[in-house]
Amino acid sequence: MKQTRRNLLQASGGVTVIALAASAGIFKSGNVYAADWNKAAFDTKNLQETVKAMGGTAATESKDINIVSPDIAENGAVVPVSVASKLAKTESISILVEKNPNALSAAFDIPGGTEPFVSTRVKMGQTSNVYALVKADGKYFFATKEIKVTLGGCGG
Amino acid sequence: MADPMKIRASVMGDKVVVKVLMAHEMETGQRKDSAGKTVPAWFIQNVIATHNGKTVLSAQWGPAVSKNPFLEFRFSGGKAGEKVVVTWTDNKGDKRSDEATIS
Repeated sequence: MKQTRRNLLQASGGVTVIALAASAGIFKSGNVYAADWNKAAFDTKNLQETVKAMGGTAATESKDINIVSPDIAENGAVVPVSVASKLAKTESISILVEKNPNALSAAFDIPGGTEPFVSTRVKMGQTSNVYALVKADGKYFFATKEIKVTLGGCGG
Repeated sequence: MADPMKIRASVMGDKVVVKVLMAHEMETGQRKDSAGKTVPAWFIQNVIATHNGKTVLSAQWGPAVSKNPFLEFRFSGGKAGEKVVVTWTDNKGDKRSDEATIS
């Protein structure tokens, strides 16, 4: 009788340990996601900081990067932005909005075989310069375009 | 589990054009609710698209990507009938994977 109870206690103790291990495991996998995500870069406030957070030193302006977006966005919550790069060996394309709380909106890695082009939609708090930051052949280049945001549809 | 993505992949010339529409709130963490409490950030952080097991695009997103995100990209080497798989992971660790056949 005593033996049975001890077994039971041991068994339940074992279950607790497994549960703890499982929760620790979940926590760990959460950290792994965060590791894939460059938090430092997404915390930056401007282009130069972003370049540094991505491991570069400085970005130079390039005419080989093309930003396609409306000049005036009526709804700042949905601003379509496309970026195409003509630079050889384009490795990544990032979209930055200067006056957002955090500049970096999205960063795309372009593997070989994929066209250096992405199109997405970003949020903009107010009229701002939008930067396309391209890493090509180990160096950073950018292009910029001002997009006006008209809230309330008053124009201007 | 989040709603499925809408993925369209079609051959155009020698490239495959992939358009993805995801269903996600993309909460910025800047907004406040009616009670004045900050709504916690909830957004897609990682997106990976693969074709025949090869990654054709990977992305890191911040909360400034619009709600129900749209994404378009093009890659070469795909044929009609093959599959493109898109997977996203958000900052809560939630995951969703969907596939589409190239047409």
